[in-house]
Amino acid sequence: MGLTYQSTGRSTTREIFNVHNAGSELVIALAGNPNTGKSTVFNALTGLRQHTGNWPGKTVLRAEGSFIHGGRRYTLIDLPGTYSLHANSVEEEVARDFLCFAKPDATVVVVDGTCLERNLNLALQVMEITDNVIVCVNLIDEARRKKMHININKLSNALGVPVVPTAARGGEGLSELMAAISDVALGRVMPKPVLVRYSDAVEKAIAQVEPKVREIIGAHINTRWVALRLIDGDTKLVQAIQRYYNDQESKQAEAALEVLA
Amino acid sequence: MNNSTPLNRLGNGCCALVTELNAEGLTRRRLLDLGLVPGTKVEVIRRSPLGDPIAFNIRGAIIAFRKEEAEKVLVVQVS
Repeated sequence: MGLTYQSTGRSTTREIFNVHNAGSELVIALAGNPNTGKSTVFNALTGLRQHTGNWPGKTVLRAEGSFIHGGRRYTLIDLPGTYSLHANSVEEEVARDFLCFAKPDATVVVVDGTCLERNLNLALQVMEITDNVIVCVNLIDEARRKKMHININKLSNALGVPVVPTAARGGEGLSELMAAISDVALGRVMPKPVLVRYSDAVEKAIAQVEPKVREIIGAHINTRWVALRLIDGDTKLVQAIQRYYNDQESKQAEAALEVLA
Repeated sequence: MNNSTPLNRLGNGCCALVTELNAEGLTRRRLLDLGLVPGTKVEVIRRSPLGDPIAFNIRGAIIAFRKEEAEKVLVVQVS
């Protein structure tokens, strides 16, 4: 019969996020600190093909749009600007839930080229949740003006993911960005994010907790990340997992019933 | 032994290293996310006319803190 999580799971969890696409279109998430030009990147990629609304059940604004590249349509979701994904605020919770449960085909983390160190905190956190990350170093024109030179190749090797410099304001780097998004989303490029290694004590704890996590939720969500959050004492994440999987199960049940009817 | 001072007590132009955070929960988390982990260098840029908030340079970013927030960050001054 074949109504497995594989076939219905991802589109039903995405439905919970009100992602309006044909279910077979590729979904790209846009993450980044506030004030990195994330919205400029979003607008530059989507042009007029966008609309704003709210995240389901929240008062946080959301912009959703699309762009076409290589004959394919990509849905682009602008996540709220956040400094981290620790779910301290509604914005962070919304961003984290989307990355974790809607599992975009690729996530672009927009960072400020003039202030890399602070911005990479979020990039590393995103890379702990998903492998399909592209780092977009925006405001490269500002960096140039300040005589800052960024070694893109070195950064890419250090992070283990593609890095694309852009100055979205002037349209610079956008076609390279779309190409990189397309490569990752279609599996042509498979980034291998460098793992953040914690202290021995923490790594030992991860080794103990991770197998148990895998037993319970399988490999649908990055188990190392979930283990870390549990060790961190993140009860909100546990509640969120329960919520989404229960929602998803009831939607799956609905879908199954519809087929039988 | 502990000659740390709260960050808000430092004058404009001073540099310091973070030693610890006198905060818990969400506040602590926010300070950490902004880069104020122990050992981080902080530079006091300027104060607004009424003395509050204060602008700091933390890891290349200029961030403004109110006195109540800056008070929670303990630092040792460096020359």
